[in-house]
Amino acid sequence: MAEATSRDFPLIFERSRPGRRAARPPRFDEPDLALLLGEDQLRDAPPRLPEVSELDLVRHFTQLAHRQFSIDGNVYPLGSCTMKYNPKVHEEAARLFQDLHPQQAPETAQGTLRLLYELQRDLGALTGMDAVSLQPAAGAHGELTGILMIRAYHRARGEGEQRRVVLVPDGAHGTNPATAAMAGYRVVEIPSDDRGEVDLEAFTRALGPEVAAVMLTNPNTVGVFETRILEIARRAHEAGAQLYYDGANLNAIVGRVRPGDMGFDVVHLNLHKTFTTPHGGGGPGTGPVGVKAHLAEFLPVPLVVDEEQGYRLSEDVPSSIGRMRSFVGNVGNLIRAYAYIRTLGLEGLRRVSGHAVLNANYLRVRMQQAGYTIPFDRLNMHEFVARPPEGVHTLDVAKALLDEGMHPMTVYFPLIVKEAMMVEPTETESLETLDAYAEALGAILERAAEDDGYLPGAPYHTPVRRLDEVRAARQPVLSYAFDEEPGSSG
Amino acid sequence: MQIPDNLRYTSSHEWVSAPVDGMVTVGITDYAQDQLGDVVYVELPAVGAAVASGDPVAVVESVKTASDIYAPVSGSVEAVNEALHDAPEAINDSPYEGGWLFKVRLSDEAEPGSLLDAGGYQQAVEKEG
Amino acid sequence: MPYLPHSEEDVRRALETIGVESVDALFDELPASLRNPDIDLPPAMDETRLLAHLRSLAAHDRPEGPNFLGGGMRRHFIPSVTPHLALQSEFVTAYTPYQPEVAQGILQATFEYQTMMSELTGLAVSNASMYDGATATAEAALLAARQTRRERVLVSRGVHPETRAVLGTYLEALDIRIDTLDLETLATPVPMVDHDVACVIVQQPNFLGSLEAMPALTEAAHAAGALMVAVVDPLSLALLKPPGAYGADIAVGDGQTLGNPTAYGGPSFGFMVVASALLRQLPGRLVGETVDVDGRRAFVLTLQAREQHIRRSKAKSNICSNHQLTALMATVNLAALGPQGLREAAAGSVRQAHRLADRLRDEGADVAGEARFFNEFTLRTRRSGSDVRSALAERGVHAGVPVGSEYGLGNAVVLAATELVSDDDIEALVAALATVGELAGSGVGHG
Repeated sequence: MAEATSRDFPLIFERSRPGRRAARPPRFDEPDLALLLGEDQLRDAPPRLPEVSELDLVRHFTQLAHRQFSIDGNVYPLGSCTMKYNPKVHEEAARLFQDLHPQQAPETAQGTLRLLYELQRDLGALTGMDAVSLQPAAGAHGELTGILMIRAYHRARGEGEQRRVVLVPDGAHGTNPATAAMAGYRVVEIPSDDRGEVDLEAFTRALGPEVAAVMLTNPNTVGVFETRILEIARRAHEAGAQLYYDGANLNAIVGRVRPGDMGFDVVHLNLHKTFTTPHGGGGPGTGPVGVKAHLAEFLPVPLVVDEEQGYRLSEDVPSSIGRMRSFVGNVGNLIRAYAYIRTLGLEGLRRVSGHAVLNANYLRVRMQQAGYTIPFDRLNMHEFVARPPEGVHTLDVAKALLDEGMHPMTVYFPLIVKEAMMVEPTETESLETLDAYAEALGAILERAAEDDGYLPGAPYHTPVRRLDEVRAARQPVLSYAFDEEPGSSG
Repeated sequence: MQIPDNLRYTSSHEWVSAPVDGMVTVGITDYAQDQLGDVVYVELPAVGAAVASGDPVAVVESVKTASDIYAPVSGSVEAVNEALHDAPEAINDSPYEGGWLFKVRLSDEAEPGSLLDAGGYQQAVEKEG
Repeated sequence: MPYLPHSEEDVRRALETIGVESVDALFDELPASLRNPDIDLPPAMDETRLLAHLRSLAAHDRPEGPNFLGGGMRRHFIPSVTPHLALQSEFVTAYTPYQPEVAQGILQATFEYQTMMSELTGLAVSNASMYDGATATAEAALLAARQTRRERVLVSRGVHPETRAVLGTYLEALDIRIDTLDLETLATPVPMVDHDVACVIVQQPNFLGSLEAMPALTEAAHAAGALMVAVVDPLSLALLKPPGAYGADIAVGDGQTLGNPTAYGGPSFGFMVVASALLRQLPGRLVGETVDVDGRRAFVLTLQAREQHIRRSKAKSNICSNHQLTALMATVNLAALGPQGLREAAAGSVRQAHRLADRLRDEGADVAGEARFFNEFTLRTRRSGSDVRSALAERGVHAGVPVGSEYGLGNAVVLAATELVSDDDIEALVAALATVGELAGSGVGHG
């Protein structure tokens, strides 16, 4: 890889100078490590971590933050990601509990345990499910948990060998088939009809004694409600399959409709979507699962239980699938979700879904007015799919939007629509923000019509411009090459 | 869109050369490489592996996609194009020559003859597009 | 209503634009029987009430007091500058860097993280982080099974019980068999490895605190064509030989000790670093270096064809999110400490743990075994481990991770010490153990 030029933003390793340092842990006289640990156990040379002063450290990561787009910066309508505002009081809430050690005697963790217990209960109420585990660390992790429970259920009934297939709609998020494969299942895709919903005939034909589960998102990934869900659930159950709910799109219906009532047997939630725990640049997420009573015996351990002597973690789940992770869960984020539910209450959550759907339909109309095509021309829910006019590429529109200081929508997903743009504004955006977004999109089309060299060269005003992703994949450089640095320590 | 006359084709866009001493060469078509975009990596079958017609035996990756390549014929893998490890772009630049993927010793010498000819493949492509 | 911006006028204007009568009417297409069920939730609270409520809950937690707890997480020094930088709102409220032109902050920080993890472990390629050490270990086993096409895994009982439990959950689904290697004198004996084993998994230091003979164990794995998976405490790698130096193929573990608070178990993050031959099998996100159209260096998510959003059912894993923000905390913290600070934290931990063990031996306590340890060790106890832990907690000291009966040690606990443990803290633990009757020669009827 070419050496860094003076126009390149420095890596922390390039700011490093021998002998510099920032933080100082409590000091002790260093013991005789060779004696205590054994000479053969010691490393030969120290790791080449950066040596920087505290001010240089601060400048580096502050400047990096300035090179990063965020919800706090501007509108970020990624489809199926629910980029809503992250309340700052949640940070204060999490800090109140952050010093608790997971191995502490449970008597000394009664506050946190009670909070987790109440959250288990509240998430069950919101989803219409009978029991909840807070274990999974992400949506995909929740999916795996749910599918493993379904697997255990079929095996317990002597149908484990027979049921080897999971049905997934063709518009499903990639995690759904990937999860099914990790649980040892074969995936069969179901096509959508021209209204964007699951093709009921094709679905019914695909059902059979070999089907273990059907994984659905509702509303689905093109932003429409599966209006025949009750019939879908009935047919699936009649064929002996279990119904799995991917909660990625819960923001459209939270407080108004419960997946349990739709007929789902297992549900996962994405707390980093619907319940506004921060996205953090890609994680950590949190993906609690809820189940109907017939699956409760398979829940992962531990669960938070309320007993006479207080709250504690219990591994007393008769046919548990086992542990899905260390300790009880992503507690820091569970606390944030708890605070959100307490802040809004039921009426507030109903307004969340109401305004999420309102804003999405409003933006759809505005984008239509700005010249974009809407393939499924019907009322959508919290998100919708759009397409630029013929001859304009979604990728180019996205890059041009970056120059406007706004974040593009999700591009090229779902796979069933060519040049797809999936837009989810969320309920926390004002109408002026949505108007400005649609105007920017319209202006991009006008500019493209006048000058067809403009779009493919965008963005022009971002810290870096279009990247050579082919090079990144053909010649992977995945860490800093110390040896190229003159005078580096070996 | 190049579709050489001396090759046979599948509807999943693999090409097969005419058998010579029971051996054929397999690759992907010009249409396929164009659809994929810049190839960044190729996963090839193991030399000596038995392949059955229709099995996924290789993967061609671009930045945003990964495409399964299906064995167009049955037999055993005689050789793979090692040059693709360092220069996967050969598939884009020369899909019918430098970009060949692997060679198969046929278990049935008549099999390639039952595949699409250039005209048949042309029609298949037009229907897809 | 908090966080929702619309006034009544806004709602009216939006409805008019859409052409619908009311917000509720937007849901008319949904089956009527499903709409607006009765949901039992506590009433809404304003910010003042919310914080008062949370504080009253937190008052029932007792995190304060000398802390000697290990068993997967440990309290280490985190300077104020670390959360100040890592928790800037641009990092907290960003999403996955799919538009790299405006995400160079996260992308570059991740590249720096990958570099640091590679340096610590001595292995070529790190991914951008995973959920925790336990799931990272499970994913490493799956990787080894894919790579070797074998269906059996050998895991030392010295690997944390919760990690082994998660390993079991993940592998059972794919019919991969797990055999457990028992410890001898608190460490893993070098096994004869069969040729159907995909990988050997050993933790260093192990759950009981002992140091393992990693080079010999690695050799045994390789002799059978199996991979070596080292489950390591990343902080210990400031001093200990890194996995790459003894030929391990994969290094995994939990990153909490690199700079995240314990937070009752999460979120932390898992790391996975592999030898270069395993790059294509690596699950999770990867950031790579490239250039933009103007020749500027830039960073981008790369080799995405391994991942679920492209490869779907054939992906290396279903993982989508990583644990970006907690990995960023570690990245900032490692840069804040530097090699010198990391060494001091590690050496301080070793010193205080050995000082504690010596003090306990002086007082007649049954410190298990002669095995060398890093900053955790095992203490045999009279009562069960959890009883000891509760008794100590009552006296304001947090210590005693229970050791399960699977180890054949009878009643025992694991004690840990870090650079945050003072000499006074050590005396407090010794006194508390005496009071609860766990030291030889202490009288009965105390406490």
